[in-house]
Amino acid sequence: MSIDYSLEPSIIEGKPGLASIDSTIAAPMETRPNKNFYMALSVTLTMLGIGAVCLGYSFYYGMGLWGNNNPVGWGFDIVNFVFWIGIGHAGTLISAILFLFRQKWRTGISRFAEGMTIFAVMTAGIFPLIHVGRPWLDGYLMPYPNQHGLWVNFTSPLVWDVFAVSTYFIVSAIFWYIGLIPDLATLRDRTVDKIRKTIYSIFSLGWRHSNRHWHHYEMSYIILAGFATPLVLSVHTIVSFDFAVSILPGWHSTIFPPYFVAGAVFSGFAMVQNALIFVRKIFNYEHIITLDTLEKMNKIMIATGSMVGYAYAMEFFIAWYSGSPLETFVFVNRAFGDYAWAYWIMVSCNVIFPQLFWFKKIRRSIPLMFVVGVFVNIGMWFERFVIVVTSLSRDFLPSSWAYYKPTLYDIGILIGSFGLFFSLLLIFTRTLPVVSIAEVKAVSDGAQPTHHAGGSHAE
Amino acid sequence: MQNKVLYSVTGIFQTPDSIKHAAKSIADAGYKRYDINTPYPVHGIPKAMGMTISKLGYFTLVFGLSGIALALGFTWIITNIIYPLVQGGKPFFALPPFIPITFEVTVLLSSCGTVIIMLLLYFKFPNNSHPLHDTNYMKKVSSDKYGAYIMADDPNFDQSKVRSLLESLGAIDIEDIYYDEETVSLRPKVFEPKFLGFLLVAILITAGATYFTLNKLLFMPPFDWMSFQSRVNAQSLSTFFPDKHGMRMPPSGTIARGFMPFPYEGDPDKAGKMLVNPMTNTQENIEQGRKQYDIFCSPCHDWHGTGNSRLRGQFPNPPSLHSQKVRNWSDGMIYYIITMGQNTMPSYAYQVSREDRWAIILYVRTLQRAMNAKPEDIK
Repeated sequence: MSIDYSLEPSIIEGKPGLASIDSTIAAPMETRPNKNFYMALSVTLTMLGIGAVCLGYSFYYGMGLWGNNNPVGWGFDIVNFVFWIGIGHAGTLISAILFLFRQKWRTGISRFAEGMTIFAVMTAGIFPLIHVGRPWLDGYLMPYPNQHGLWVNFTSPLVWDVFAVSTYFIVSAIFWYIGLIPDLATLRDRTVDKIRKTIYSIFSLGWRHSNRHWHHYEMSYIILAGFATPLVLSVHTIVSFDFAVSILPGWHSTIFPPYFVAGAVFSGFAMVQNALIFVRKIFNYEHIITLDTLEKMNKIMIATGSMVGYAYAMEFFIAWYSGSPLETFVFVNRAFGDYAWAYWIMVSCNVIFPQLFWFKKIRRSIPLMFVVGVFVNIGMWFERFVIVVTSLSRDFLPSSWAYYKPTLYDIGILIGSFGLFFSLLLIFTRTLPVVSIAEVKAVSDGAQPTHHAGGSHAE
Repeated sequence: MQNKVLYSVTGIFQTPDSIKHAAKSIADAGYKRYDINTPYPVHGIPKAMGMTISKLGYFTLVFGLSGIALALGFTWIITNIIYPLVQGGKPFFALPPFIPITFEVTVLLSSCGTVIIMLLLYFKFPNNSHPLHDTNYMKKVSSDKYGAYIMADDPNFDQSKVRSLLESLGAIDIEDIYYDEETVSLRPKVFEPKFLGFLLVAILITAGATYFTLNKLLFMPPFDWMSFQSRVNAQSLSTFFPDKHGMRMPPSGTIARGFMPFPYEGDPDKAGKMLVNPMTNTQENIEQGRKQYDIFCSPCHDWHGTGNSRLRGQFPNPPSLHSQKVRNWSDGMIYYIITMGQNTMPSYAYQVSREDRWAIILYVRTLQRAMNAKPEDIK
């Protein structure tokens, strides 16, 4: 099969009319959800309930219910935090970085991925807050003048985290909302329902699709993308500083920031790909979120997965090359010690399975890419587990070594975090356009004037 | 149609090419108060409308620079002046650890600032009572059509001329938009009393909730868990023990750690006979005795034991330690007096350890010898 690479393939397949894009994307909001939706929602809400019960017990009886023990002070709570923050990163990468690189295929998936970013950061934000043990005192994390005369330590990475995660959440939410305004206006003008119309009117702020507005709107979008790009890199960099700034072997490593960012994008893309496979099928978005798009996401997964694999290898190389016996011990212990099972789950899921995407057939096969995506998420969760737990459980003092075992409450809270994330996602698919209407219209065939230069042809 | 005012004449176009052409033609015809509505940004329209690049970025720059200044200033004041905290002996304000927070605050402030400026200043949002809302025109340009309109307050506006211009440009559905002056206002809604009142209420609720949470709620059960614990404090009532005493008496025969019996109480002569100084007369021990003497004895007995003390008669001066009587006392006798007290001198048993008492005696002996030196001592 020969492909003419001089022609850009259509982003949106099948040349749907602009009005049909409207009705396709608005359909989930204008129809009543079917039984499957409620079944899915009840499953995720049950998971959320399990998490809430476990969390309630943890609040009432204290953190002794968790598996955290003396050397392993960071257990599932921090593992889950890093995991969920990482999931969020794909959304910003798709919406901001790919926007700056003018990757038009992002339009079909950006809104959904941004939504996932927000929900993932919300889920992640719970963990450091409950990890402090007395979550009703979380307000002290913010530097504000108080009657104790106390201030936070601005040189601590844990305080940087507070700033980074809250900034990330706010900026992502703004970015998401700015993208939603024109779509909400479109929905406002479509709907006949009075209540919906009021809600859409309030949130679309009175958008009129005016080109005097579009002009500034596009500029603001570029500015926000320009800020979100270094922001997303900074967030996981700062999360990695939580580890890298310490002096624990296995954490104290300058490779952590790029390695964490690559891992975050890797797991985030796997999660977005998994969720989109369902969304495009259920809501008939297969012509908007095309197989080509999924294939491109798989290509990014193989790139970031290989970066992560390189980082694993480089950690071992540096452990040997540095000649530091502590480093060497930590890494040999990772691969062959008590937690070897977790380490090898991580390596096989993150480094070996994604390499299957070198085959075009696998890259374009929905069931196979779904399975690999699930593996990637399992692997990336275990990566954080390996980093957090193996280093702590074998620290400098052999007399205090201990094996970390999560309790039922830890597992319950992990299940609850998935419940929260997917509940929010399910509600999102039914209340807001999960595909950006305006952006998809702008990249569909025949949506732009034939002469881009403008004004040069005979008028 | 009496209270209806003409807002604009609108025309719908079918293709992106025709709207671009229309935008350019309307601009060329000299109209200023017109607009193009498209469901998505169409390339080339801003240029056709003669718009220059958006100045929004300058606001972002201002917000960004203020973010940098704010974050650096805030952290500098706190770490240098308000709450200086030594971290590993480093300077209070070494720049690198303050970069992450500065960066985040800069991003936060410039992103929020840009969006707020755009929505409030440029777009004059929120505004849901614009004349165009809920018109057929709006419904079309919101979905799949492209529209152009020329406002009635344009200096060159002439209803029939505008209609014919739009017609000549290929517009379909040419429509006049009217609005009711009483219900529609073109002024920004941000300064309306209703909105300002809403803001005020929001501020009051936020501030009140914060105050309540931080200053009241956290001191109420169950959030005061750590302040009130179910333990028995010293000298408090206990409902557990039958005698209601929170503090327990030790079982009979208990002795404290390091306790040594002192069996000579009331019998100084026996103490003088039986007790022997266990410490040898070395430079170190005398130095130890000097320190303790200076702390505990010298206020009354004077630096050299003369009894002419620093208290200058506010307290009865003790007799000199250099009298023949004291010089003849055995070490054990002096030990008894330090331990049990004598006349107005109280017991020092609780303040000076046994070893220190013996060391003090060594020093007193040294003083006695120094103050009453014999000729042969000079050798």
